[in-house]
Amino acid sequence: MADNIRYLAPVDVNNRSAKKYCRFKKLGIKYIDYKDLDFLMRFVNEQGKILPRRITGTSLKFQRKVSQAIKRCRHMALMPYVGDLLK
Amino acid sequence: MNHYETVFILNPVLSEEQTKETVQKFKELLKESKVKIVADEQWGLKKMAYSIEKKKTGFYFLFEYVTDSVDLLGKLDVAFKREERVMRWITVKLDKHAIAYAESRRKRLNTKKQEA
Repeated sequence: MADNIRYLAPVDVNNRSAKKYCRFKKLGIKYIDYKDLDFLMRFVNEQGKILPRRITGTSLKFQRKVSQAIKRCRHMALMPYVGDLLK
Repeated sequence: MNHYETVFILNPVLSEEQTKETVQKFKELLKESKVKIVADEQWGLKKMAYSIEKKKTGFYFLFEYVTDSVDLLGKLDVAFKREERVMRWITVKLDKHAIAYAESRRKRLNTKKQEA
């Protein structure tokens, strides 16, 4: 008896995720330093790959700056090209 | 007057005075073409994320300088290429936001040094 409960009104599941915002515009960060390791680690997944914009929510302008900074950081061996870093 | 920042890695097997000597060599090269050196940092022996030339660690150095001479960067690049003690280097032009950031970073480092 209890299993065929049917809701009359549809339950409003708000699976719309919180509005993503670009942290650089919000915090007013203007320059992303390629030497600042622990800041850049937030934009990289476990294998050391750069996270896409749809996940981090950054705007296009700053995503380019972040990816350029990460590539310079990798060039200077401060960050690995590939690795299991945040395990 | 453009601001530039150069970071380079020296081979860890070098002795103390050899590293000093090579760093001095590059400083001379900068001074020759009347460059104002704004910052000159030494990060010391650091572990690298991956091995370069079969070495796991390296001496990191940072120069920040202001110049308007055109051919300095080319000369610097050639000097780095010729010097086999240098494993890797990067030269970056700093825009106004980067300059402001570098100033604040130096202040932070100095205050930390005073505390330590």
